[in-house]
This record gives sequence, C-alpha cells and structure tokens, in this order.
Amino acid sequence: MTTILEDPALAAPTAKPRGRISRRTFFKALAATGVASALPAVSKLAGAWAREGRHAQGARTARRWVMVIDLAACDGCKKCTKACQAEHLVPFEQEWIRVYETSNNEYDEYFMAVPCQHCEVAPCVKVCPVGATFHNAEGIVLVDHDRCIGCRFCMAACPYGVRSFNWIEPKHSPAEQFAKYSPEFPVPHRKGTVEKCMFCAHRVKMGRLPACLEICTKEGMRAIWFGDANENLVTNGHEVKKLTQVLGEGRAFQYKEELGTHPRVYYLLPSRRDLQGPNTAKPAAPPKVKDDPFRP
Amino acid sequence: MTPSGLEVHLEEAPVLRPLQRSGWGFWLLVGTLLAVIAVGVYAYVTQIRVGLGVTGLNDRISWGIYITNFVFFIGVSHAGTLISAILRVTGAEWRRPITRMAEAITVFALLVGAAMVLVDMGRPERILYVLRFGRLQSPILWDVISITTYVAGSLLYLYLPLIPDLAQLRDMPGLRAWKRALYRLLAAGWRGTPRQRGALEQGIGAMAIVIIPVAISVHTVVSWIFGMTLRAGWHSTIFGPYFVIGAIFSGIAAIITAMGAFRRVYRLERFLTPDHFQKLGYLLLTFNLLYMYFTISEYLTITYGAEIRDVALVHALFYGAFSRMFWLMAIVGLVLPAVLTLIPHLPVVDRLERVRLLRPVPAGAAALLMGAVVAVVHFRSLPQATTTWGISSGTILAVAAVLGASALLAFLPVLRRRPVASVVLASLLVNIGMWLKRYIIVVPSMALPLTQSEWATYRPTWVEWSITAAAFAMFILLYTLFAKFFPLISLWEVRESPAPAAAHAEEVAA
Repeated sequence: MTTILEDPALAAPTAKPRGRISRRTFFKALAATGVASALPAVSKLAGAWAREGRHAQGARTARRWVMVIDLAACDGCKKCTKACQAEHLVPFEQEWIRVYETSNNEYDEYFMAVPCQHCEVAPCVKVCPVGATFHNAEGIVLVDHDRCIGCRFCMAACPYGVRSFNWIEPKHSPAEQFAKYSPEFPVPHRKGTVEKCMFCAHRVKMGRLPACLEICTKEGMRAIWFGDANENLVTNGHEVKKLTQVLGEGRAFQYKEELGTHPRVYYLLPSRRDLQGPNTAKPAAPPKVKDDPFRP
Repeated sequence: MTPSGLEVHLEEAPVLRPLQRSGWGFWLLVGTLLAVIAVGVYAYVTQIRVGLGVTGLNDRISWGIYITNFVFFIGVSHAGTLISAILRVTGAEWRRPITRMAEAITVFALLVGAAMVLVDMGRPERILYVLRFGRLQSPILWDVISITTYVAGSLLYLYLPLIPDLAQLRDMPGLRAWKRALYRLLAAGWRGTPRQRGALEQGIGAMAIVIIPVAISVHTVVSWIFGMTLRAGWHSTIFGPYFVIGAIFSGIAAIITAMGAFRRVYRLERFLTPDHFQKLGYLLLTFNLLYMYFTISEYLTITYGAEIRDVALVHALFYGAFSRMFWLMAIVGLVLPAVLTLIPHLPVVDRLERVRLLRPVPAGAAALLMGAVVAVVHFRSLPQATTTWGISSGTILAVAAVLGASALLAFLPVLRRRPVASVVLASLLVNIGMWLKRYIIVVPSMALPLTQSEWATYRPTWVEWSITAAAFAMFILLYTLFAKFFPLISLWEVRESPAPAAAHAEEVAA
C-alpha cells in the first residue's frame, strides 16, 4: 500500500518547461494576492466594528437619551401618535409611535405604546449596507434619507416592526416647503426611503421634550418620561425624577430584552395599577393562570 | 484540414446547425419572449414612476416575490458550478457534453437574479452608494462582493472552454463577416498549439477549483441576509448549508430542464444520452434527499423547542395560511420528483398496468376530475364548497386525493418506459417546488406578527407578476440567443473525452 508521500506520481519532481509558472506557484501567487488585497478591508472592518462596539455601550456619548413609558398610566387615547404625525408631518399616516391593545389576561387589558426602541445594539444599524441608518452623537438612531437606497433590510431586521417605508411619493404640504432637510428632521419626506421615530432629535437638540411626551402630559396621563441616562434624570414634563428610581418603582422591563438589542425605551409594569388602588373600570380579576408567562 | 488544424466532424452538425440558420420556431419564441419582457418593462416603468406602492408589498411584508425570484435565480446559478467544476475536479468524464449548457445557466441566472435586487430597491438610482458608502458589516455587502466575484468567475469559466470552439467557428466556411470578426476576436488567436492547450488546461483547472468556494459562499451569504436577522424562521444556524444544498438542487433541476428542451428542439440525442439524464437524475435524487433532511431538521427543531413565534410560524406553514403552498412544495416539489427519479428501479410499477382501473382513459378522466375539484377548492375555498353542495370538506379532499393518486399511478408505467421524460418531468416539478419554497421562506416570516398584532397579508400585484414573468423570459431569451451564437455542446471537450462517452455516442448514432 502506498501512502500519498510514497506515491511515485506525486513524489517525483515533474519536468517543468522553462519560463512557465507551475500550478503551485500560480496558486501561491493567487492566494498571496488575495490575502494582500483583503487585508486593508479586514482592518477597516475590524476598526469599524470596534468603533461600533464602543458606541453600542453608549457610555462614551455625551448624552444617552432614554424614554420610559408607564403602562399603568397609559389609557390608549393614541394622542401621542397623532401629535407625532403632526410634529413630523408624517406621510401616509404612518405610526411612528404605535399604540397596541394587549392584555395579560382577559380582565387585565392594557395599552402599549411602541416607538422606535433606539437600541444600543441596533439590528437595523448593523445591517444597513450604506450606513444610512446610524446612531447620532447622542445615541439616537436616525435615518439619512439622502443616503437610504430603499433596500428595506432594516425593516426586515427590526424586531419591533417600528419602521415604515414611503411606498409612493408623499403628498407635500406648503408647510413642508420651508423645512430644511436633515436626518434629525427629515422633511420633506420622499419616496423610496425608510422612516421611523427619531426621539424628536430636532426638539431635543433645542432642549425641548418629544412631541408624544408633551401631549401625554397635557392630557393628564403623564405616561411618558424622557431624559438622559448619563445624568440619571428623567422628566414627564410635570416632575423630574431619578431614572433609577422610576425604573425601580415601576418594576421596569425592556421590550424583548432577551434579544440583546439593549433598547433605550423602558416600560413600567401595567399591573402596578393594583397597587395604586382598585381599578374601577373593570371587575376585579379572578386569579387565573392562562396564556404564556413570557408575554410582556 | 482547416487552417486551425481542426478537422470537420460531421456528427457535430446538429450542434452547429442552430448557429447557421434559424427556423420560424426561433423567431416565434423570441417574439413571444420580447412581448413578455415588454410588458415587464412597462410594469417596471410604472413602478419607477409611482413607486413600490404599485406592488403588494407593505410595511409589514416588505420583501415579496422579487426577493423570492432573487433567491431562486441565484440558486439556479449553481447548476454550472456543480456540473462543470465539481464533476471536473472529481473526474466524472460523462459531464463533458453538458458543461457548457450548465455554465451558461450560471451566468444568465446570476445576471437576472442580480437584476431582481435592483427591481426591489426603493431608490435604484442610488445603487452605486453600495460601493461608495458600503459597510462591510452588512450582509448585503457580502452578497455584492460574493455575487460580483461569482459573475466574473463564471464568465471566465464559461469563456475559457469556449475558446477552441470559437476557433473552429472562426474557420467555418460561409459565415457573415461580422460573425467571423466576432469569433476571431473571441478566439484570441487560438491555433491549438501544445503550448496554448497547456495554458488553457491550466486556466480551466484553476478556475474549476477557485469557483467552487465562491459558489458556496454566494448562496451562503444569500441565506445570511435572512439568517442574520432575529426573525423566527430566518434566524437559523443551518441556513447557510440549507440554502447551498437547495441551490445545487434547483441548479441540477434547471440544467436537466434545459437539456430536455434543447435535446428535443436541436436534436442533440447523440450528445445528451439517456445515460446523462439518468446520472443527473441520481444527483437530483441525492440532493432531493439532502434537502428533505435539512427541511425536516429545520422544522422539527423549532417545533420541538416550541418557542411561541416558531410554533406560530410552523402552524401557519403546516395547517394555516401557507399550508397549501407548503404541502404543494413538499409533495409535488420533493416527494414526487424523488419517485420519478427512482422509477427505473421500481419494477413493481409495471404491474400497475395490469390494473384495469388505471388504464389511460379512466386515468385521464380521473386527472381531469381531480383538476376540477382542486380548482373548485382553490378558488372557492373548502367551507364554501361544503355549503354549496352539502358535502363535507373532508370528503372532497379524500376524493381528490384518491383521484390524484390513481391518475399518478396510471401514468407511472408510461413514465417508466420513458426514463428521460420522467427525469425531465421531475426537474420541472423541482423548479416549481423550489420557487414555492423560496416564497415560503421569505413571506411567512415577515407576515408573522412581531408585536401584539394580526398576521400581515400580501398579495402580489400585476406589476410584480409581470416583472417576474419578464425575468423568466429574459433568462430564456439570453439562453436562446447564446445558443444561436455559440455551440451548446463543448465540441472539443467531447471530442477529446476518453472512451466511454464517445463510444456511447457512436453507439447511439449507429
């Protein structure tokens, strides 16, 4: 039995015509060229990943905007959605903050408002092929409509379904014509690009609170809090509290936190209504074990 | 002797004839295809003008049949690599007459597949941003790099083995001047000297090895577009190999279909023998079984683990909104082709002919009836049929199943006598099944609610169907035109093939 090494056909040096590159040399050269040409790309990739990695931790940004939504206080009036649409001249009645009606059981219904979660490890930012969706210097996830190619990969990647697409050219109101476009205030809106909540970056920049929060406080619910996690302070426009205190008292959770996206939106448990006194609107819920325990 | 030192081979006439003259059939086909493409172009212009709003896509299901087509065509493109590279590296000599047809499928399927991405884009005019602002972290960039490499490699790999044949064409008498100039340019001064032969062999040998990892990477990164997201049904670690196996599977099906068509139209029986169909049939069966294995692994794993979203998805596939498509894919696209490719080895099939009930006439009637029943069920839906006729839906389904099974059983002996036809039929079914499979990979995962909401719905519009039809027409047109300018059989490779294939060809000719 001959092994590969002993095989005369392989072991014997083959006569090589002069001036010709052997297959072995050719492949060596090919591999070397390939590796050499890949190196800059790899180092660029590694650098970019490292930068994004740091950014994803969020600690380095000067601001770290967070939103806290109190499910016990929300009455599902959907005025936040409407205020948002008016503020951003949102096309096609897209709902950048969408209010879902949901329940833990049939006697315990509540409403859940879902804006963009502004994830620290944002799946949409990861997959965008051209960097059109990105974290700004304050950690807010924005979309640059001058850059967006409309591939909708971010919409496929978003686990919260908060992104909308302008399927046709939006109607342009006269008011829009005076706006100067920037990713922080993407007006006028345009066909073939992706839209979503931007934590009212244009207002926040000027020291104002997001439009959804303002209307919620004005309506007396005070369900939305907004603030800077770096300062550990949030406000609902009525009072200012420590973020950690609000989260602790409200037994906060993050939406689908098991996905590891590190959302910057926190929810306070709806069942706290029981602690604040009996819910007069509905009959007292009998203890009933139903549904899956993992549902928020 | 011609100047190139190549002899004239009379038996190659059927391969060269289509290059010299075109019948009315050719012009009819080209006309039809151009008409279909024209409708597709009109649809695309509409889409550009109005926006993607003219499609059935929406914010929830934002990828539809364009992406399905993309995955399908990129999958089909694996035909060439498998046949000409893997079979070459493994020294399977019978591959020789079919390498060119396979490689041509690769190139054209890639072109059409890549175009589908452009069609799906909301801002196609910004396509070059992918190069200008490209982020290597995005799987789309992986696709861009991988697919462009594969296009370049496949073009080269199609071109290299063409050179000696181009030289032969160049030296052929009675050519129009521009055609001769084209062949002269492309033949790159080929005279068939030992030095040139050595260089060509070396080039083809190198390409055969280089192209295999590229091909595997292509469908792997296509799968990663889905696999890298967090969606149920997409976020799966086996998606890479699952897609690669599926791609080779549908690639084999595509090459068998093309062989079946051209064998008949161009009378290439001498080159494409029943032996080729049988061997490719075995390959088709192998990959069919592999694909079944992956499919079962995928769905059993997520069903057994029973995460809420996974269960919802599997339920929709098995019993719900997508069940019709899923079972059509599983039975007509996987199980039936497996039976058809195995037919030569099932002597029991012959005994079916003795069953009086299964004689062709009753079988034909049965098939017709079944078609009618299925049509009613499909268009009016089962509950409606139940109320209209007062028959329970179970009965209707059972009758349809019995009729369908008996029709199939009646046709099996016929197919057993025609092994080529049965393999080609299997390949056609696989093509359809794999398109459906790609649809039920793309759409249900997007229809599945991410939040506390209902399932989303998606119904492709005429724009999408027209563009899809145009894509298929474009593929066929490119292939037909290729067949008009270049020999579909690699003549020099067949000529130089060692004994068995050549001997077989002689045998058939005699």
